[in-house]
Amino acid sequence: MTTPVRKNEVRTRRSFFIGIKAQDLLGKIITTLILAAGAVVVFIPLLFMFSTSLKDRNQLRRSPPPLIPLEYTMVEVDGKEEPLYAVTVDGEARQMALTKNLPEGKGVFVDPANPDETFELVIAEQEQIQHLEMHWENYPEALTSVPFDKYLVNTLIVITLGMAGMLISSTMVAYGFSRFRAPYLNVLFVVLLSTIMLPSQVRLIPMYVFFNKLGWVDTLLPLIVPQFFANAYDVFFLRQFIMTIPLEMDDAARIDGASQLQTFWHVILPQARPAIVAVGILHFIWAWNDFYEPLIYLHSRENWTLAVGLQTFNALYSVNTHLIAAASVVMVIPCMVIFFFSQHIFTQGIVMTGVKG
Amino acid sequence: METKSEVRPYRRPFWTMSRREAAWAYFFIGPWIIGFIVLTAGPMLSSLYFSFSKYNILDAPQWLGLANYHNLFKDPLFWTSLKVTVYFASLALPLGLIVGFFLAILLNQKVPGVNLWRTLYYLPSVIAGVAVALMWMRVFNPRVGFLNPMLEKLFGIKGPGWLQDPDWAMPALVIMSLWGVGGSMIIYLAGLQGVPTALYDASRVDGANLWQRFRHVTLPMVTPVILYNLVMGLIGTFQYFTEVYVIGNAAGNVGGPARATLFYNLYLYQNAFRYFDMGYASAMAWVLLVIVLVLTMLVFRSSVVWVYYEGELRGRN
Repeated sequence: MTTPVRKNEVRTRRSFFIGIKAQDLLGKIITTLILAAGAVVVFIPLLFMFSTSLKDRNQLRRSPPPLIPLEYTMVEVDGKEEPLYAVTVDGEARQMALTKNLPEGKGVFVDPANPDETFELVIAEQEQIQHLEMHWENYPEALTSVPFDKYLVNTLIVITLGMAGMLISSTMVAYGFSRFRAPYLNVLFVVLLSTIMLPSQVRLIPMYVFFNKLGWVDTLLPLIVPQFFANAYDVFFLRQFIMTIPLEMDDAARIDGASQLQTFWHVILPQARPAIVAVGILHFIWAWNDFYEPLIYLHSRENWTLAVGLQTFNALYSVNTHLIAAASVVMVIPCMVIFFFSQHIFTQGIVMTGVKG
Repeated sequence: METKSEVRPYRRPFWTMSRREAAWAYFFIGPWIIGFIVLTAGPMLSSLYFSFSKYNILDAPQWLGLANYHNLFKDPLFWTSLKVTVYFASLALPLGLIVGFFLAILLNQKVPGVNLWRTLYYLPSVIAGVAVALMWMRVFNPRVGFLNPMLEKLFGIKGPGWLQDPDWAMPALVIMSLWGVGGSMIIYLAGLQGVPTALYDASRVDGANLWQRFRHVTLPMVTPVILYNLVMGLIGTFQYFTEVYVIGNAAGNVGGPARATLFYNLYLYQNAFRYFDMGYASAMAWVLLVIVLVLTMLVFRSSVVWVYYEGELRGRN
């Protein structure tokens, strides 16, 4: 009596397992489909920007705009350029040029090889032939129409000097907050964290006045010098990382006679390298895209950074959407490249700053 | 003499170990302390002073008392800018939360190529700024743009004027912000990865289904992350500037159409750097600080009810 029951039990359990596996597989398929659809949505605007950058004015005027830079194919008939169509005549597919529009949506079609033979066909039923036409010359044209090279140099000056200042000061401060005991240090750390939440506008205007008094407005200095006084985000991130470096390493250095500075230089900095690289890369991306402060401080054209230059380029040359798109693509590419080569750093970095905050 | 020095009581040297350590600490955090005084605390106090004065940079500030604040509360544009910002926040924050969280859940599954998907979805948040604003202007353009023809082709809908239409400019900006949802998504993802699998195993043993596992394990465990994103999103909304400035400037109408995108920070910028009414702009900045503080406090207060911290001793006093 007992055996069949047991058998039955085993069978149901097994089918239950298969059920979970099938459910799992189905879940994975649905997940992948949703993710793929979302990725298409993410990429279409980028693709559209890229294709716009490769079009000429003629192609830009087309509505709806094709997602890739297509152009209608033209063919010469009797010394005139006529649009080429794929037509079906008597069940035979042929390529013919449309030479004349007739009433009721009809048109005169001609075989370019044999111009004497004409056909009257409904235009809407025929398919106009297109080909890929990419205007790479938009790029040099866009980049030379305003001094983007000058803007690039300015941007790179701001980024490299600012990054150096930020890294020196933030690593020092992070070390100070992670390895020492001192009165009020904890209070100061809370103050530092609370400045993350402080809207920058409450200090923006007096800082502008201050830099104006120093004669620094319309120079790159207001964008660089403040970086030498540490940044709360970066200090917090670096401190979290330094806390994970074993104290025994400091002690070993101390026993070998290293001073605090030497410990910082020879132990902490090499150990914290991944965090320093991450903070540096995040700083690059931030500074490359930063618009608000350069807009406020940089007035004359030759001092602009890329972000301000691109914005003004758009305001001045708004008709030349293809050139604006080309400049935008150039602006976006460095960040994309850096991101692709360091994406694991990004995800890890944000894991640490984001969640433990 | 000799005996005297022998009986002299022992005096601790000034530089004790702990004092030396404190001195080193302050040496290392020195850059931040100087920066805090010169670039944060000092400017904040000056800005508070400016907010009570008439100041145009060229002449010395003149004390006005509460006049700036008084005018501010009577200024219809101030209220417009507040309304615009709150409207944006009320759409963009909940939608960003839902979409970001949903994507994070999907990206937390063991699907093939999951790292590639994560990278793709995070990408938009590293290229934020002017170029992205220009890109979206092109996409939303009702004449030569991409979105409206696609809507017509796929759904037969005749799309609105988007950024050129006062009613549709805000939804367009919200769509733009959702495109960059990868930044908060990755933080949710980190939160999800921090949920111990043992909890899922335990709930599975207790017979919890997919929804119950989500509702009673996943959601409570990631509420701190939701709180973090909510607070940061709130602060970010009041700083929203680049996109609307670039779009408005291209249309020759910053804050337009019909002031539908006159964000708080944009109006502050105009007062400060277009009209050089630094006193008025400083008053706006301080009102902004108070708003952000109050909202953040409200979020934190309410968080007692809806945020779960592991390791917190609940109901045990």
